[in-house]
Amino acid sequence: MRDKAANLGVRLGINRDHYRIPPGLYALGDPDGNSPVLATCNYKLTFDIVRREMKIHSCWILVVETYGINVWCAAGKKSFSTEETARRVKESGLSKVVNHRTIIIPQLAAPSVAGHKLKGLCGFKGVFGPVRVRDLPEFIDNGMKATPEMREVDFPLSKRLDVAMVEVMGARKFMAWSVLICFVLAALGPGGFALHGIVWSGLGAFGVVASGFITGTFIVPLILHLFPARAFAAKGLMAGSAAGLILAITFARNLPEGLSAMAGTAAMTSWFAMHYTGSTPFTSLSGVDREMKIYMPVQGLLIAAAVLTWMGWAWLGIIRG
Amino acid sequence: MKKFRYLENTVTLCYNENMCIGCGNCVIVCPHRVFSIENGKAAVMDHDGCMECGACSLNCPSEALFVRPGVGCAQAILHGWISKVPFLGRIFSPDSCCS
Repeated sequence: MRDKAANLGVRLGINRDHYRIPPGLYALGDPDGNSPVLATCNYKLTFDIVRREMKIHSCWILVVETYGINVWCAAGKKSFSTEETARRVKESGLSKVVNHRTIIIPQLAAPSVAGHKLKGLCGFKGVFGPVRVRDLPEFIDNGMKATPEMREVDFPLSKRLDVAMVEVMGARKFMAWSVLICFVLAALGPGGFALHGIVWSGLGAFGVVASGFITGTFIVPLILHLFPARAFAAKGLMAGSAAGLILAITFARNLPEGLSAMAGTAAMTSWFAMHYTGSTPFTSLSGVDREMKIYMPVQGLLIAAAVLTWMGWAWLGIIRG
Repeated sequence: MKKFRYLENTVTLCYNENMCIGCGNCVIVCPHRVFSIENGKAAVMDHDGCMECGACSLNCPSEALFVRPGVGCAQAILHGWISKVPFLGRIFSPDSCCS
């Protein structure tokens, strides 16, 4: 139970730096000179999954230094590299521990591990294992052959929502600033220059930002494949318009306020949905770059329209008396 | 991954069939089943399925594949842009795992 709570903590980024395993060679079960050798990162969550899934198989685990980052992200940052793997093989004295000369490298380390260069560097041949640790026993039993399904990443609902938790931590600075900005703007007119009005108007504005965050970070990933658009920012605009409409119908006191809430929610949802690209296993750098250049101006215009309508209507009311 | 598709005609994946030696490394490392081996050479089956992770080009022993590797993460791209602006780069410290 404590482990589970701690695991959630790691996802949220609390004490993340303490979730490192010292690099080196580990024995799992009762391995001998013929047991397979698995290379992995030194992120505790990954190491624990390997330990759990390989319960029955005795094997050697070669942990490389990835600074507590998971295999795929470490490959993206180039810390899980060919050189680092070769260095750990030599440092651990692996050639004296096992009789064979093969190490299983996680397939998702391939962006920074050149399998064909490993042998020249450390004497061990690199064989790419499956994407998911749970397929490892079957992969090993099949004579280190993976089925096409084992080689493909997936993105089921549970994983989509799991990684959304990472976005919560990533957005905390943005949310803190937006609270401040909402109340400052509320104080400049919409609050009617009374404390009570400022609090309510500021809360209303922050409600728009928060609705955008929840819709963009949780609702869009939940129904990610159901949108008729592929750009995440576009998915966000659609979901955000719907969420904004509900917000406007429920809370808005007049049409301009309702339109403002709708435009604001659409923009914020689009922004947060766009940020979710980093949590998915299928978006490309070129694609995200392109959608940001197209949709960030749209988001900016919608936010400007929302703020101007909200403030403008308030000022019009003050001028009219 | 047929259920989730991203933008069409954007990725930088290039393949030169003449340089391919048919080793099949690209088929093994690609997490999106972009390649297959046809008549002893690699073939790009699903160009738009590519996410530019760079695994294929790094693991191609004959340099028949090229891709500009990178992470498709809005926050990382945003930090890349901001850090180029002298003043803004100091205020906004990286807040993401990809930066």
